[in-house]
Amino acid sequence: MAELIQILVSGLAAGSIYALAAVGFTLLWQASQTINFAQGEFVMLPAFFVLVGMTVLGLPMWPAIGLGLVLSLLILGVAFKRLIVEPMLPHGTLPLVIATIALGLLLKESVKELYGATAQPFPAVFPQTVFNVAGASVSIQDIGNLVVSMLAIGGLQLFLNRTRTGRCMQASAQNPAVAEILGVNVKRMVMYTFLINAALATIASVLISPIYLAKFSNGETLGLVAFIAAIVGGFNQIRGALVGGLLIGVIDNLSALYISAEYRSAMPLILLIAIILLRPQGLLGTPEGRTV
Amino acid sequence: MTKLQAILVALGVAILLVAPVGQGNYIIYTLCSWLLFSISAMGLNLTLGYAGQVSLAQAAFMGIGAYVTALLTLSGIHWGFATVISITSSFAVGLVLGYPALRVQHHFLAFVTLAFNTLLFLVLRNEEEITGGSFGLVGMPRPSFFGITTDSNLSFYYFSLICFLFSAGVMWWILRSPWGRAFKALRENPIRAESLGLKIRRQTLLAFAIGSAFGGFAGSLQAPLVQFIEPGSFALIHSLKLLLMVVVGGSGFFFGPMLGAAVVILLPEVLRFTEGYYLIIYSFLVIVLMVYSPNGLIGLGHKIIDKLRPRHEARRDMQQGAQL
Amino acid sequence: MIKKLLCTAAMTMVLGMTPALADLKIGSIVELSGPGAAAGTNFRDGVKMGFEEINADGGVLKEKIELLEYDTQTDPQVSRALVQKAIDDGVYAITGTVFSSSTVVNMLVAKQAGIPQFTGSEAPSITSMSNPYIFRTAFGSQKGVPKMTRYMIETMGVKKAAVVWANTEFGKGGHTAFVDAMKEAGIEIVTDIPTEQAQTDFSADIVKLKSSDADAAFIYVTEEESARFLREAAKQGLKIPLVGETTLIGHKVIELAGEAANGAMGHVGLTPDANIPAVTEMVERFKAKYNYTPDHNAIKGYTAAWAIKYVTEMVGSPDSQAIAEKLHGLTLNAAEHPGVLMDVSWDETGEMSRESFFVEVQDGKQVVKAILPPN
Repeated sequence: MAELIQILVSGLAAGSIYALAAVGFTLLWQASQTINFAQGEFVMLPAFFVLVGMTVLGLPMWPAIGLGLVLSLLILGVAFKRLIVEPMLPHGTLPLVIATIALGLLLKESVKELYGATAQPFPAVFPQTVFNVAGASVSIQDIGNLVVSMLAIGGLQLFLNRTRTGRCMQASAQNPAVAEILGVNVKRMVMYTFLINAALATIASVLISPIYLAKFSNGETLGLVAFIAAIVGGFNQIRGALVGGLLIGVIDNLSALYISAEYRSAMPLILLIAIILLRPQGLLGTPEGRTV
Repeated sequence: MTKLQAILVALGVAILLVAPVGQGNYIIYTLCSWLLFSISAMGLNLTLGYAGQVSLAQAAFMGIGAYVTALLTLSGIHWGFATVISITSSFAVGLVLGYPALRVQHHFLAFVTLAFNTLLFLVLRNEEEITGGSFGLVGMPRPSFFGITTDSNLSFYYFSLICFLFSAGVMWWILRSPWGRAFKALRENPIRAESLGLKIRRQTLLAFAIGSAFGGFAGSLQAPLVQFIEPGSFALIHSLKLLLMVVVGGSGFFFGPMLGAAVVILLPEVLRFTEGYYLIIYSFLVIVLMVYSPNGLIGLGHKIIDKLRPRHEARRDMQQGAQL
Repeated sequence: MIKKLLCTAAMTMVLGMTPALADLKIGSIVELSGPGAAAGTNFRDGVKMGFEEINADGGVLKEKIELLEYDTQTDPQVSRALVQKAIDDGVYAITGTVFSSSTVVNMLVAKQAGIPQFTGSEAPSITSMSNPYIFRTAFGSQKGVPKMTRYMIETMGVKKAAVVWANTEFGKGGHTAFVDAMKEAGIEIVTDIPTEQAQTDFSADIVKLKSSDADAAFIYVTEEESARFLREAAKQGLKIPLVGETTLIGHKVIELAGEAANGAMGHVGLTPDANIPAVTEMVERFKAKYNYTPDHNAIKGYTAAWAIKYVTEMVGSPDSQAIAEKLHGLTLNAAEHPGVLMDVSWDETGEMSRESFFVEVQDGKQVVKAILPPN
């Protein structure tokens, strides 16, 4: 029993971070039909902004995180949208997919060359204190990660549903032409989406780097997991990405313990294929009209 | 084919014939890998450029080809037979994978192939008794035909060249056949194509399976070229590399994949003086290229010619692009 | 960056203009990008520092050594092509590669051309393929692991063991060596846990270890995974001793894992923390030159450079064939050949032996608990 609790807690803590990355992923998809293959690198990068702030500029942790957030908003939000996504939207999805693959490579290699190839320790936001729950070791870090991610996603959901701006964003995502006619500044709404994605990536980065250690290649697995979580949960629903992320985190740990350690990374993929075949809109998604 | 094109193609073949003469082993080896990646990229181009589907498993199909060929030739079966099995199995896997994926939605083939590529990697690594696990398989013999061996690097180059020209010929024939022309109709206007009686799904599925079979063929050349295969050579990252090759060269153009493969394989050589920075430069160039010319280098070439030439000339040039 | 570019450009020009003068060429073929970059860069810098010192000291046979560098991108196929290229460029010996998956492929090319190759790889398979041109710079895990298991059984009194390993060719080599050595000693392996490369969440693996009744666990994963593993082990309060190789107790792991690394033990062939003056001095020079602490790979590369010098001078000419023959069965002692830092010998297969250390991490430092004789 203690084993199961241990696994569930760890799985949920890891899964909540996958969810953060996956939510950003679905947001971009809804707002601009961008399949962002650099999403993993988007989560990898802010940690290095923070490290630069701390080691090069000598800032304390929180101001450094603030700096990381600002830089992420500028680079992963504004610059990404203005310089890459916007000019390419008229060309269709494929060139954009290729460009994000190349962007992922660019970010990864730049961090490696400019900061270093080896993993770096990253300061923890939460204390590492461990306490015992029914025989399982649970750290404040686990709980903190889970809570912060839930708050971020919950807050986002509220913002989208309850505020005027949020609804305008939804309208722009669902039907840009009509939204435009109704007086919504669609371009600005899309920009908000990119900024939110950058902010979520920063949160995920700051939460995950103390555990993962900051390394240029962190995005490789993370991007793939976020991708799977988004599709499994439902590509067009924020709560879908949340459920997908948590599910993948738990399944990964459960299969390592009870099924096969050698095939642990196969289980999320098998789930992905099963979902695509049986419920293509995802667990919580709603079907999309287009077939072509 | 116009006369000019025929002359250009003949010239290209002649250059390929003399290219390795007097070169060191390294250059010949690099040329061989360019030829085989061109074959694989050509296949992906059929899926991507003509049928408009993103496949993220071309490296996996190369892996299927390479492992099937390696296992068969290591147990003493001739390469010629092994390669037929390799191509057939890649084709069959392509059908099995594509059928359900294409049943649903447009971009789902990309997701299914992405999952498939990683799953295949895990199987190749974990099923050690058959595949040699992470140690891979070593020492595949190079084939010999009617007493002529391809053991030396130069003879293996000519052997690869024959395979390459054969593949290019088959691809040319596919695209020129009425069946292949249907792809272009499909790409230009799928709804109209369907209303004219084209079965989009069947057509797309076949394109994907044939494209995958080309990957399998390239894999069956890779096994005797490198004489060592391991699961890591067929991981997802290599599928992305192949995808970049096709798009950088120019997807939907006959010569796009060959150009793209040349860029990806030779660029590290050219940019070697930049040391670790070459990937940064490369990925930056790809982004710029995609922003400026989503049709890749060939598209860029057309654009430039377009600007330099008087208008009616330029239009003839565009027609040529579509024909190819 | 621009400075770097100009430097390289200038160097290429100089080298390009004077090909006839630099007669002795060595190829350095290592992982400078890709997953192997950290290990490869260390190895390359070690080799480079070795040859710079050799050149400053009068060179080899009074000739300056020209070091040609190649980056394999940690891709076995590229590494194979580059060994070919180095040989085409006229090198008489090769240093590298570090990753075994690359070495097993590219050593075939060096063998065909008859060029001696000094690898940093530790996978057992490398010296078992009867290749007369391959030479190790650190002993293979089939040799290192039994030294460690003997210590575990005889000194630590282990009766039942667990093993956690990275499911890659690197990890598999160590896993096989460990399981074989334990089987020979009649020790039961009660828990066997494969892990993924770049795995981040080790909670399930620690849960398994906690429920096992092993007396000690052998941990054979790469540095960063080791750090994450040790942290999770500390978090869940895992009690049994954790034993490994350099990858478990290297200084990088200690830096990353922090306090969680305390108590981890391991067997290291070469360590910058070894209490040997020659090694300590080399590490100091390295730090001054490259501004980071070298790991065992840097020391491997450094000793490889000096070994090439000594053997070439023993043979009296840069004759690849003769050098390879001379190396088999050769012992270089550190008293007469200070560049190798510690006494070292190579056997008929190119396998090498040397003293090694059993260390424990205490207060963030490696403390040598025992010196294990060469086997």
